[in-house]
Amino acid sequence: MRHDGFKPAALHVAVIALLFALNFMLPDYHHGLLARIMVLAVFAMGYNLLFGYVGLLSLGHAMFFSAGLYGSGLAIYHLGWSVPAAFGAGLVSGAALSLVIGLLALRTTGVAFMIVTMMFAQVFYLSILYFAQWTGGDQGLVLQQSQRLIEVGGVTLDLTEPVTRYMAALGLFSVVLVATLFIARSAFGRVLVAIRENEERTKMLGYDTFANKLAAVVASGVICAASGAAYALLFGYVGSTLASVQYSILPLLWVLLGGAATTLGPLVGTVFMYYVIDVTSGYTSAYMLVVGIALILLVLYFPKGVLGTIRDRWVRWLP
Amino acid sequence: MSSFIRKSITRRTALKGFGAAAGLVAGPGFVRYSQAQSSEPIRIGFQAHRTGIGASYGRWYERTTNAAVKAINAAGGINGRQVEIIVEDDGTDPGRGAEVVGKFANQHKVDVAFGTLFSHVVIGSAPAAGENKLPYYVVSEGHHVASTKLNRYVFQPGITDVKSQIQAMAPWIASNAGKKVTQIFPDFAFGYDHRDYLPPALKAQGADVIAQIAIPPTESSFTKYFPQIPADTDVIYHVMVGPAVLTFVKELGEFYGSNRPQLFGFIDSLEAVDVNSPGLEFLEGSHFWEGSPRYAQPDDSDAQKAYRAAVGIDDNGASVDDPKDISTAAHMFGCWETLYVIKKAMEDSGYQGRDDAAKLVEATEALTEFAEGPEHPQGPKIFNGKIHQCFGIQNISKLEGGRLNVVHKTSIEDGMYEPEGDYTTQPL
Repeated sequence: MRHDGFKPAALHVAVIALLFALNFMLPDYHHGLLARIMVLAVFAMGYNLLFGYVGLLSLGHAMFFSAGLYGSGLAIYHLGWSVPAAFGAGLVSGAALSLVIGLLALRTTGVAFMIVTMMFAQVFYLSILYFAQWTGGDQGLVLQQSQRLIEVGGVTLDLTEPVTRYMAALGLFSVVLVATLFIARSAFGRVLVAIRENEERTKMLGYDTFANKLAAVVASGVICAASGAAYALLFGYVGSTLASVQYSILPLLWVLLGGAATTLGPLVGTVFMYYVIDVTSGYTSAYMLVVGIALILLVLYFPKGVLGTIRDRWVRWLP
Repeated sequence: MSSFIRKSITRRTALKGFGAAAGLVAGPGFVRYSQAQSSEPIRIGFQAHRTGIGASYGRWYERTTNAAVKAINAAGGINGRQVEIIVEDDGTDPGRGAEVVGKFANQHKVDVAFGTLFSHVVIGSAPAAGENKLPYYVVSEGHHVASTKLNRYVFQPGITDVKSQIQAMAPWIASNAGKKVTQIFPDFAFGYDHRDYLPPALKAQGADVIAQIAIPPTESSFTKYFPQIPADTDVIYHVMVGPAVLTFVKELGEFYGSNRPQLFGFIDSLEAVDVNSPGLEFLEGSHFWEGSPRYAQPDDSDAQKAYRAAVGIDDNGASVDDPKDISTAAHMFGCWETLYVIKKAMEDSGYQGRDDAAKLVEATEALTEFAEGPEHPQGPKIFNGKIHQCFGIQNISKLEGGRLNVVHKTSIEDGMYEPEGDYTTQPL
């Protein structure tokens, strides 16, 4: 496999370069929207790590996203932490939560895993409402512009400034994209795929599948938390809607659309969904109907998602 | 990072260079609008809840908005320019709400954004308004604007906030309904406003909240909560909202039978719902807060009559086209009044285009009162520019004979409270 490593690497560099170039090309609105899409694509990439590679379908990933969202948002809102420290708090929250949830939920598989993760996410969501005094409940909290500045050696980076925000989103996206490519092609990634394909056989080969799955849950949780933390810091809003079941379903849809177990599928799916909604909502209030029809057509003609099907049919080397 | 990029190649110059490339991807969403010229219409972005949980309110907000714009344009527009409404649906979702405000500012190039109702959408969208320096006039009744936790570009000049409304109810409840009050409210933010603001307001009037019963938002049956209501309760103060309200009222009726305490509620529970719906009989004789009365009243002003005719609601507060289509009359007047506040502030500041956004913000902050009349049919208002919030009269209506009759109007002062901050100290 080593001989074909160049093409995937070149493709990923090209995608990052294209996103960088788009910073200069896009009109203001699409520039802002793409920053948001990149942050949410990170959420989808985190989801894809568990769903695509390990084959574990979680219906509760909104809790990992919102662990990052609230971990960083509350650290700034109540404790006045700096942006980097708050981002770190978001990651630690995601890691801690995913470790605990992983330990408990991985005792189940299949449909039970879906239900258990969904229930935990519901507990997390209702806890946010219950502790409304600190979390702002269903209304949420606003992080002021003055709280979203980074001081680096005398230079102030303002995360509310469009170009800085775009570049911060691109930076996070690039790091996570390269990390998922690295994981997918590492020995660890291959064990995960082996678990997906046949867990019993993987066990028989001497792998500790529980430990590997747990590591995957934590890695997935941390990536989703990074996305949530970035969402709070870049867009300034922390609210329980982002922890609701809808936000557990969305990354699943994005990944299914783009292609599960492809590194770039989450980005493709997120961009696609966002623009279908953005364009069609300008014409009709029944835009979710259009989204539904688009999803049905995709499942019919691209059963493995856009990139998954392209890989199956034409471009075998696509990671 | 940004300064380096800006020095070497700015987005604007790059935009010109890449014009041809951008042309290739030009779809309907990529159209760039030229800067508004003085002859062009004033563009107001209406952030509508066309879908999602707020849709029934959103429909009536849109109808009121269109009626107000028609009236404003018929009278010559704003600064001699016609007003154009650009509607975007936010799906009653705070994430989408922020995107919609960004779209208003950067794609539609509107002059102001307006009309948001649900609190979480207002709070979610507020950062986008502040960052884009887009004046954002909401019609939400939430306390979020007045709490001064949002930013200098967010205003609520056309409807009073829930803290003020609750406080204004206390004197009437204490002197007419009873001194011992039990509150039943949904266990989320809307209920918490009532939980937190009513007890001190009642205390000041010599009455007490003797029990507070929070009901989880997922609950669909309420009977098990009713035994928690103390036996010596004089008044049950209820603010249940959503589809569960019919079950709530029915079960409360079964629990008490004919021998019940006084009932006082906020009409928010029953906005867009016919008060004569089966199951609501138990509410006969009880009292409700209303922002603006749903039913036509004998002492309605000419302005109120003209407003109702313009929006198209009949004497029962239903659509003139469909008597079953009940309006959200207690709140939607806020869209009408807010548009006239925008008009007044634009005229005061000699507003020409987006470059005058800061002037428009200052002109809005400089407003102090709105007289009752065709522009403010609900009643007179006092505006506090430091907290960007208006204060006005409230109505208490009694449900009798299948209609809501106003039995008391509060004074503006009943709903006034000490400001919690000052937006005018924030930079523009």
